[in-house]
Amino acid sequence: MATQQTTTQNLTLVQAVRDGLYTEMSRDSDVLVLGEDVGKNGGVFRATEGLYDEFGPDRVIDTPLAESGIVGTAIGMAAYGLKPVPEIQFMGFIYPAFDQIVSHAARLRTRSRGRFTCPLVVRAPYGGGIRAPEHHSESKEAFFAHEPGLKVVIPSTPHDTKGLLISAIRDPDPVVFLEPKLIYRAFRGDVPEDDYTVPIGEAAVRREGTDISVFTWGAMTRPTLEAAENLAEAGVDCEVVDLRTMSPLDRETIVESFKKTGRAAVVHEAPKTGGLGGEIASIIQEEALLYQEAPVERIAGFDTPFPLYALEDYYLPSVARVEEGIRNAVEF
Amino acid sequence: MVTADVETADGQTEILRRMLTIREFDSTAGQLFADGEIPGFVHLYIGEEAVAVGACAALDEDDYITSTHRGHGHCIAKGLDPARMMAELYGKRDGYCNGKGGSMHIADVDAGMLGANGIVGAGPPLAAGAALTAQLQGDERVALSFCGDGAVAQGQVHEAINLAATWDLPSIFLVENNQFGEGTPVEKQHNVENLSETAEAYDIPGFTVDGMDVVAVYEAVAEARKRAVAGDGPTLVEADTYRFRGHFEGDHQPYRDEDDIEVWRERDPIEAFKRRLIDAGTLTEDGYEELKSEVEATIREAVSFAESADDPAPYEAYDDMFAASIPEIEQFARKARTDGGESR
Ligand SMILES: Cc1ncc(C[n+]2csc(CCOP(=O)(O)OP(=O)(O)O)c2C)c(N)n1
Ligand SMILES: [Mg+2]
Repeated sequence: MATQQTTTQNLTLVQAVRDGLYTEMSRDSDVLVLGEDVGKNGGVFRATEGLYDEFGPDRVIDTPLAESGIVGTAIGMAAYGLKPVPEIQFMGFIYPAFDQIVSHAARLRTRSRGRFTCPLVVRAPYGGGIRAPEHHSESKEAFFAHEPGLKVVIPSTPHDTKGLLISAIRDPDPVVFLEPKLIYRAFRGDVPEDDYTVPIGEAAVRREGTDISVFTWGAMTRPTLEAAENLAEAGVDCEVVDLRTMSPLDRETIVESFKKTGRAAVVHEAPKTGGLGGEIASIIQEEALLYQEAPVERIAGFDTPFPLYALEDYYLPSVARVEEGIRNAVEF
Repeated sequence: MVTADVETADGQTEILRRMLTIREFDSTAGQLFADGEIPGFVHLYIGEEAVAVGACAALDEDDYITSTHRGHGHCIAKGLDPARMMAELYGKRDGYCNGKGGSMHIADVDAGMLGANGIVGAGPPLAAGAALTAQLQGDERVALSFCGDGAVAQGQVHEAINLAATWDLPSIFLVENNQFGEGTPVEKQHNVENLSETAEAYDIPGFTVDGMDVVAVYEAVAEARKRAVAGDGPTLVEADTYRFRGHFEGDHQPYRDEDDIEVWRERDPIEAFKRRLIDAGTLTEDGYEELKSEVEATIREAVSFAESADDPAPYEAYDDMFAASIPEIEQFARKARTDGGESR
């Protein structure tokens, strides 16, 4: 694979995570990873596979089972010059560390008038579709986007994963890096072998269109694109924007796209109420009200805990639900 | 229900039956998971049966327990119905949580089972609360919380033990030391030699017992229960045990090899107790085989119950969100009812 061209590899999203970590750890000896089973065992999803052998136990640290301790320790290291990348096994297990992330990581800089910084990346797989309930499937990016002082990133392709992860590690401020575990191994994509960055705070237009702007991210990007192709056959031309960074949102791209189409839908798997769909609708109201031809349609998870199995396919926005939502906005 | 105890012949048979039921339930669940019948994750209790069964046998029927992600054994030991448990594993409506919780969230308030728990370390504070309730209400109930060796690294476990110790709560903290938290061995997670030494920090009694010996676990918990009921506060019991299967089904287990497991298999808790009963003349080989086929039949029935149960309907996701109806949620549910989940 890697021999056909020296510069690109064909990787899955989770391999791109590993490659991003590997690349940055090779380049910068201050970068280290820590977490539950990340060392010898290579992590529950194998995102840190082989790093222990490559970089040793001082840079790939197996910790006790204690998220608050893991993230709190990482904040302490970040404040004193290292660049730790703690891994939380599933996003639903991040809550013991919530206090450290919100009360400290996010605020060290302002609280110390810039004397302390916190160049930390908290990685966690998020999202549903893996047939497991609650903590193993939830998508709570809005909790973190709501906290000033945190950047929140969600990639949807292997290429972006590596580039955004490297940007996050180099960022002088704390980043919550959420990985769509449903598509960890769903497909492969070309990923440069060298180091490169994808900027935080920039959305990507995945499909250009003129009738409606559909904003999405992470694992919902693929069903949204599929819905857009289906609708194209029915004569509805969708623009699909993968936001990639949930905080700070790329207002410019959102507004520019909306001014072109005058209609919008947001697709996310998080519960509807308080989800980022509301924030995107507000940006549109604030900056492009006079262009608006229909209410912003939110296609989202339910306002319930993430359910098990039989209800999961219904809870998660499917291609059919996305199409239906887009039609609602277009036919308004 | 026949009570399980270590003194009477019937009680001993019941102990053996419960251990066998756990083994059969979990072996079957492992197979069904491999066959793709059971969604999500399953964490099996095989090898650790003596801990749950010994501990619950020493409790009163009215006592409370809290459980963990590896909870099937605790449920069966506390007297839950394997059929409704299996239905929950399948995500069916007739399961203990109507198919919304799955393997890691089985709970039954009536049985004093405050829940398996997907969050490692979350059970002990709940047990402290149940124990405080018992104390304030002046009844003789005790709350026992099971947690793993890994969980002892979680802050909330220590918060719970400290509260319980400070307030002399009728509680028991039972640490199942199965030597690993996922793939990390216990000695890489803790500085103490025995986890029971943790008790010293809270000035409560702490014991380490052989968790492969159901009688040893029973006796330690019975003693702890006496203290609890007498108003003398919590006890920490560490049971040394081993899981014979992977952390979860599908775990490749790079952290250990067959030989490590074999050493512990030779101390199989079911085999050991069976030998003991046969040697004492309480049980015959035939009697054992009979018990085993009864248990197998129970689990077969549990599986057919689960298989034939219905899936919950999409709108049921909105059930039981709050005691009172919330207009917003009603509106979601109504929509789900009318399109019936068609638009997948
Ligand atoms: C707060 C939290 N962090 C991480 C996990 C993932 N996880 C599930 S079980 C487990 C290991 C638990 O080890 P232990 O407490 O010893 O119990 P055992 O699995 O050995 O029975 C981990 C890390 C979780 N469920 N909850
Ligand atoms: Mg353990």
